[in-house]
Amino acid sequence: MENNVIICGSGGQGILLAGTVLCRAGLLEDKFVTWLPSYGAEKRGGLSYCAVVISDKPIASPVIGRPEVIIALDNIGFDNYENVLADKGLVILNSSLIKREVKRKDAVVLGIEITEIARELGNARIANMLAIGVYAGISKSVKLESIIAAMEGVASEKYKELVAVNKKAIEKGYELGKKEK
Amino acid sequence: MNKTGKKIFINGNEAIAEAAIIAGCRFYAGYPITPQNQIPEYMSWRMPEAGGVFIQAESELAAINMVFGASLTGTRAMTSSSSPGISLKQEGISYMAGCELPGVIVNMQRGGPGLGNIQGSQADYFQATKGGGHGDYRMPVLAPSTIPEAIEHVMTAFDLADMYRTPVMLLSDGILGQMMEAVEFPVYKSKKKLPEKDWILDGAKNRKPRSVFSLMMQNPTILEKHNYKLAEKYKKMETEVIHETYLAEDAEILVCAYGIMGRICRGAIDMARKEGVKAGLFRPVTVWPFASEVVSKLGKKAKKVLVVELNLGQMVEDIRLAVEDNKKISFFGKPGGAVATKEEIFAKIKELIK
Amino acid sequence: MKAVYTKPISLTETANSYCPGCGHGLVHRLVAEVIDELGVRERTIGIAPVGCAVFAYDYFNFDVTEAPHGRPPAVATAIKRCLPDRIVFTYQGDGDLASIGTNEIIHAANRGENITVIFINNAVYGMTGGQMAPTTLEGMKTTTTTKGRDVKVAGHPLRVSELLSSIEGAVYIERVTVIDPANVIKAKKAIKKAFQNQIDKKGFSFVEVLSPCPINWGLKPLDALKFIKEKMMEYFKLGVIKDSTNSKESK
Repeated sequence: MENNVIICGSGGQGILLAGTVLCRAGLLEDKFVTWLPSYGAEKRGGLSYCAVVISDKPIASPVIGRPEVIIALDNIGFDNYENVLADKGLVILNSSLIKREVKRKDAVVLGIEITEIARELGNARIANMLAIGVYAGISKSVKLESIIAAMEGVASEKYKELVAVNKKAIEKGYELGKKEK
Repeated sequence: MNKTGKKIFINGNEAIAEAAIIAGCRFYAGYPITPQNQIPEYMSWRMPEAGGVFIQAESELAAINMVFGASLTGTRAMTSSSSPGISLKQEGISYMAGCELPGVIVNMQRGGPGLGNIQGSQADYFQATKGGGHGDYRMPVLAPSTIPEAIEHVMTAFDLADMYRTPVMLLSDGILGQMMEAVEFPVYKSKKKLPEKDWILDGAKNRKPRSVFSLMMQNPTILEKHNYKLAEKYKKMETEVIHETYLAEDAEILVCAYGIMGRICRGAIDMARKEGVKAGLFRPVTVWPFASEVVSKLGKKAKKVLVVELNLGQMVEDIRLAVEDNKKISFFGKPGGAVATKEEIFAKIKELIK
Repeated sequence: MKAVYTKPISLTETANSYCPGCGHGLVHRLVAEVIDELGVRERTIGIAPVGCAVFAYDYFNFDVTEAPHGRPPAVATAIKRCLPDRIVFTYQGDGDLASIGTNEIIHAANRGENITVIFINNAVYGMTGGQMAPTTLEGMKTTTTTKGRDVKVAGHPLRVSELLSSIEGAVYIERVTVIDPANVIKAKKAIKKAFQNQIDKKGFSFVEVLSPCPINWGLKPLDALKFIKEKMMEYFKLGVIKDSTNSKESK
């Protein structure tokens, strides 16, 4: 079984980190994982994306031409990737920031107020963790515990006090995602 | 810090740097250029920790010439850069070839010519395999396809360098450098019986003074003799071919690709096989020396040969020379930084069997 | 019988290929004498440049390499860092050091590399046949300034020692010449200090030697010495340009 997902948005939204947490979760389950980021001159603002593949078998291509799932955190990301979504693919759409209509009529769209819910949980910046929680809940590519453990593993000493709120975000996302199946 | 024997999630650049340390590299000099900056950044703290020397050089030229100097002392030395920087290093690479100095040069290729862009590319194949610097020299070039393979072949590169007293290039690309994968660092043990370094400059104590140089103009025959001696060495280096095939034995369509495209083509071949199309892969790991005999045999058996590269067609010339049947050979490339996806390659395969 | 003049052990028997009246042979000898006197021959590694001194490895009786044009300071940096207890020096001409290798010399000085640099300034590219060097004097005729160096288009001669003296990492810079016995003695003293500094781990030491090139200048050897005295020394003043060795803790 191979799961692939593109996470996209703008620099500063924690897109790349969200991808690595997903991969590390896969790794905790002894799966093969690849993470391929965008990299550019600017550190903040501008398109940011990463391609994540999680598989039971060695992964041939870390490059995802037609992603099964797109997690779009804002318009910049979604505008760039909507076209390449696989036929009848899934979009986890941050409806707090993406107000426009989805052009791809074949897409399965799961609109969630990701930023808004994150803010209610205490911090808009944990939207990225909430989003991968949703993804795990709906795709079952990795377990909830694995994501939480992976997130705890990457939180540096400096951010230890943020672990609890990130955990809440992942759990909330997972619950929302699971409901959709 | 010992990373051996643990499964860790790491990007290609840092994995290459750590692999070099494990292989006994104790000197690194480099200059910042995207997309390989994690190599000098990692080396800046890791090399001193390992008891070696890290220098952020003032230029690419200085960096390669520092490798030249470190190598003279018998120290395993490495530098890294990306395409425009590798052009600058060609001076030092040619001098190292002429002086017979071992050293490892990592090229995390980006788009060109000129400043190009910072996306992954394979546009430096000619430069790496057909010379690059001035003069009539050859240099082993290894092109890994995955991060674990990059780790393995950084180690191979140091062994080949010491075995043949030659610069060796690890020809990778920005994608492999930036992507992350889970790896387990192996324990390093040389697969070769390496010759003693009885040529190093460390002070003429209890021995005759030594000199290492590449100017040979005292009389016209000296350079010619030197080059014939080097030619003997190149002949031996030609035996160090490494390649991989995947479902190639019964392949009607033989796909040829290396590095990052090698693994992506493997994905395309899986798609083809699922639909009953007999596609297979030839993937050179050493792009010099080149596994010409293998590709010649497989290419003659196949109905079609498809060469896939992130450039306008460079390795395709080596494939043409080996297969000797131009009509069979097609090329599919991306010359501007976009990566060919397995879906696109599969579409190309389907086009060919029509 | 007491020998009053012998060949230094640090020179080989090989006859050098320098032109008559050239200063290189003399400076080679001074370097060799200093290395003998300091007793460091067996741990010295020299770096020859590209230029007339490219064959220095034939003349020095210790380990020598030959670096690409302008790169000796980068090569020396790495050798010294890998083998900190060895004595490492570069021997470079004005084309090598002051033109194609300006970047390398500035940054080696700036890192405060504990090496010794012998810089031969003869105001011309010698080996390639007498083209304009960065140090060629105003109005001086060379094969690329046949009407004399025009500073409006070719710039003024570069004073490398003064340039380097603004760099914190350079601890000792002196300009000397070899035009007469008194100056030869001074030159040797400066070279010795530049090597002693390295032994004492004081840091980057640099000796510029104004040296005659009668063939490329189109002068008789004696006139070449006069040219240095009357023309070069006017523009390139002799003396200690920087010395902070006493205020530097050994590093």
